[in-house]
Amino acid sequence: MNGTLQSVLYLIAAVAFIVGLKRLTSPATARNGNRLAALGMLVAVITTLLGSGVVSLTGIFAGIVVGSAIGVFAARRIAMTDMPQLVAAFNGFGGGASAFVAATEFIRDPGALDTRISIALSVLIGSITMTGSFVAFAKLQGLVSGNPISFKGQKLFDGFIALAILVLAVLLVTSPTSLIFWVLTLLSLVIGVTRILPIGGADMPVVIAFLNAASGLAAAAAGFVIGSAVLIISGALVGASGLILTSIMVKAMNRTLIRVLAGGFGGTSGPQAETGQLPVKRATADDVAITLAYARSVIVVPGYGLAVAQAQHVMKDLADALKARNVEVRFAIHPVAGRMPGHMNVLLAEADVPYDQLYDLETINRDFSRTDVALVVGANDVVNPTAREDTASPIYGMPILDVDAATTCVVIKRSLSPGFAGIDNPLFYMEGTLMMFEDARKALSDLVTAVNNV
Amino acid sequence: MLMVSITVFILAAFVGFEIITKVPPTLHTPLMSGSNAISGITIVAAIIVSGRAEGALATSLGVAAVILATINVVGGFLVTDRMLEMFKRDPR
Repeated sequence: MNGTLQSVLYLIAAVAFIVGLKRLTSPATARNGNRLAALGMLVAVITTLLGSGVVSLTGIFAGIVVGSAIGVFAARRIAMTDMPQLVAAFNGFGGGASAFVAATEFIRDPGALDTRISIALSVLIGSITMTGSFVAFAKLQGLVSGNPISFKGQKLFDGFIALAILVLAVLLVTSPTSLIFWVLTLLSLVIGVTRILPIGGADMPVVIAFLNAASGLAAAAAGFVIGSAVLIISGALVGASGLILTSIMVKAMNRTLIRVLAGGFGGTSGPQAETGQLPVKRATADDVAITLAYARSVIVVPGYGLAVAQAQHVMKDLADALKARNVEVRFAIHPVAGRMPGHMNVLLAEADVPYDQLYDLETINRDFSRTDVALVVGANDVVNPTAREDTASPIYGMPILDVDAATTCVVIKRSLSPGFAGIDNPLFYMEGTLMMFEDARKALSDLVTAVNNV
Repeated sequence: MLMVSITVFILAAFVGFEIITKVPPTLHTPLMSGSNAISGITIVAAIIVSGRAEGALATSLGVAAVILATINVVGGFLVTDRMLEMFKRDPR
């Protein structure tokens, strides 16, 4: 295959990625867009395999077969609730691939100054992305504690390693030796671990989005190493995507990237909130069913508790039962409702809730004041009015769903225990709030029965 | 060469920002897994460097790169397709 034809085919692949991503701007065209991008990838891979310079294909084919088998297995078997872990792991593989590419190329020929800069970048970003993502995976999967893990002098330790990495990267560019390369790789792998371990479970959505961006940058860096435009373009696209998602998540959580990466926030054992001295209105399934059944409009606010209880399907049953009684039912999705950006939407889509019933925060917040019932299921911090009113609150300034503006607010929750931020929620003690202390799935299935009996 | 690469990178990043800001929040998870699959384009670099690698260490590192990138590509596109298949409009 000649060089020009090869370049044209790579260009076609890059265009397929861009058009594919563009089709992801609407749920109606998204599936088609993803398939187009996959087709572009196939073109790129075949072009590479047929290109000149590939001497031995045996190892490559073996690698593709093994990788495909693992990829198919993971994609088919993963539960939708575990999607954050899968994406974290995939981010890590992407980073790892870039680091390995840099290592393979360095061993063959460290090359000229340009190439060495690229190799240093590629191995650095790739290694940090790999181990950082694997730690994020382990935290999300529950293999290590979701609480911040750190040791005395950690920040000093990390600072020292970061400095050493910087010096070694410069040395690798100016006077490359194997020793410098491998020590640089090792330190990059180490700092990936020590920087993600102190970050708490609540901040993981930000971390995954950030590592997503890093995996894109790693791909672009690998593109710099071999001088390939298609890699650089794809890497830049993914890097941009990851950074946008990171920025959306930090805003939705009222955090900054720097503070997230500094760690130490958002373990499951926050400061003990003062609970239980104020009276709450408890309601039975029958009380709530009557309120819901005679409402004109209901907005459901699902939180991660819904997913933990695997209650998406019974939630959909309740929505159907209400719609059969001509109640308007909509879903309000806070950006951090799940464990990664857009996670709750996928969980509800899995339960066959149509996507046009799902509304984001800005779109629906004005409508709460014109709504009869806001039904909060397994959510806490994202409906906490202190974020709006109490300047002393740790979550002050975080955008919340204004469920307290609805005529009645029903909260389904196992207990009064505080959420990730570890603070009490005044919503529970408000005049118009009814509390159902129950597991989400049990409460919702009781409600389905009760609504059908009204 | 490096300057050309940097130019391409910056222009593509702008295109990325323009497109991705228009992706609605409801599709953010498929966007992440789908863009992740696209970052598996490292498979191209992995194939090229494995194809010309010499010696046992370089060859095994190259094949490892191919395996990891392939998992990313195949798993990423498949799981994104699986998710997007579930997104349905209200039939009424």
